[in-house]
Amino acid sequence: MTAIVKADLGACQGYANCVVGASDYFDIDDDGVVVLLQTDVPDAELTRVDEAARSCPVSALKVIRG
Amino acid sequence: MTRIVIVGASVGGVKTAQGLRSGGFDGEIVVVEKEDVAHPYDKPPLSKAYLTSPDDLGAIRLIDQEDLAAIDASWRFGVAATGLDPAAKELLLEDGERLAYDALVIATGSRARTSPWGEGPGIHVLRTAADAHALRSALQPGRRLVIVGGGFIGAEVAATARKAGVDVTIVDPLPAPMSRVLNEDVGRIFLDKHAAEGVRTRFGTGVDGVERVGPELEVRLSDGERITADALLVGIGAVVNTEWLEGSGLVVDNGIVTDGRLRAIGAADVFVVGDVCRWQHEDGSGSTRLEHWTSAADQARLVAHNLLSPAEARAYVPVEYVWSDQYDWKIQVVGRTGSAESQLIGDPAHDRFAVVYSDGARVTGAVIVNWPRALIAARRAVADRGDADALVTMLTEIIAKAPAPVVS
Repeated sequence: MTAIVKADLGACQGYANCVVGASDYFDIDDDGVVVLLQTDVPDAELTRVDEAARSCPVSALKVIRG
Repeated sequence: MTRIVIVGASVGGVKTAQGLRSGGFDGEIVVVEKEDVAHPYDKPPLSKAYLTSPDDLGAIRLIDQEDLAAIDASWRFGVAATGLDPAAKELLLEDGERLAYDALVIATGSRARTSPWGEGPGIHVLRTAADAHALRSALQPGRRLVIVGGGFIGAEVAATARKAGVDVTIVDPLPAPMSRVLNEDVGRIFLDKHAAEGVRTRFGTGVDGVERVGPELEVRLSDGERITADALLVGIGAVVNTEWLEGSGLVVDNGIVTDGRLRAIGAADVFVVGDVCRWQHEDGSGSTRLEHWTSAADQARLVAHNLLSPAEARAYVPVEYVWSDQYDWKIQVVGRTGSAESQLIGDPAHDRFAVVYSDGARVTGAVIVNWPRALIAARRAVADRGDADALVTMLTEIIAKAPAPVVS
């Protein structure tokens, strides 16, 4: 089963903790807003991507299990 | 392992609990928190927008209700831990209970250093939601606020209060805001910013005393100036909450001393996260304590892992990261800053710049204002101990292509 990562672009403050945690899933654009590089999270990646999402200081990211 | 007890429900404690559950822990989690609040809240907003927004703790929840429920912990708010018996593996609570644990995580944080000029009406510190509630009544247009201390808290409150129309003066014996962390030259960039935004700045000057004159406060500066104020904020640093561990046998030295994997020295099954943790680097380079949100969150994740997978326990090797919001500047600080060897890229007058700190050859840290691309590059360079000149060249090239002022 695949999980999906979602971003609240309005909440994002550009702290980039997510990029440090999983740079293959998250980037930050020139305005300091998160960019999702991919949204489907296979089981093997779940812990790492979930941890990266939870490192967001404003809870702008969420990994939703399918 | 059946019961893990966590002391402290701020970011370190809550993220540890969350990490334990997501890591598969199916035993009991008990979280003890001395503050009597309805749910865990986040502290960084307290010196920023929350200070002048409607008084609703729900707006600054640390995690949402759904995630909180998923942790499935017993939350004991309004109960202080008063002692620890590591041999018996019991936490002592103020109500007399001896709470047994299989593993304990200490996340008791720090508190604001108290005012040397007395307490009482109009004299504030800022650390907790209750402190913020007390201070917000002073932040009315036209009121006069004196802030003692130009560190991050003082500088943030100055910006927040100024935006609310408050007449603000910052006083600090240091030459510039945040200069202890950023160095004097870089601090002066922020000094100019505060002055340009209409804050009166009295740096290089201490406070000799504070007297009450009727309903007002008179702040006497060491250069002889007297400033009349309606309120005083004392932002002179934090003190770790470790007194309750007296007699426990834990090693306390401005923080609870742990090994590189954040396990308390001399106490099996006791881990430490957040402001209160002083960990020894595994490379033998000494010990460090950090007071950053991201450090607490990272340490929490590490401790959850080390509790669940002791055979694959990891050492804490951070790239320090802290942010600050002041006026329209989003300030981000990475790695170890403050060395005299720093190079400025970009123009503060255009509200976008970076400062790269080095030990000569290698990047040690950076300060970035309103520049997301530079933040990412700097975080990578610090983590990799990259070449300082290469980072400076790269950032200089980027900003040459996109020099336009940023509106945030």
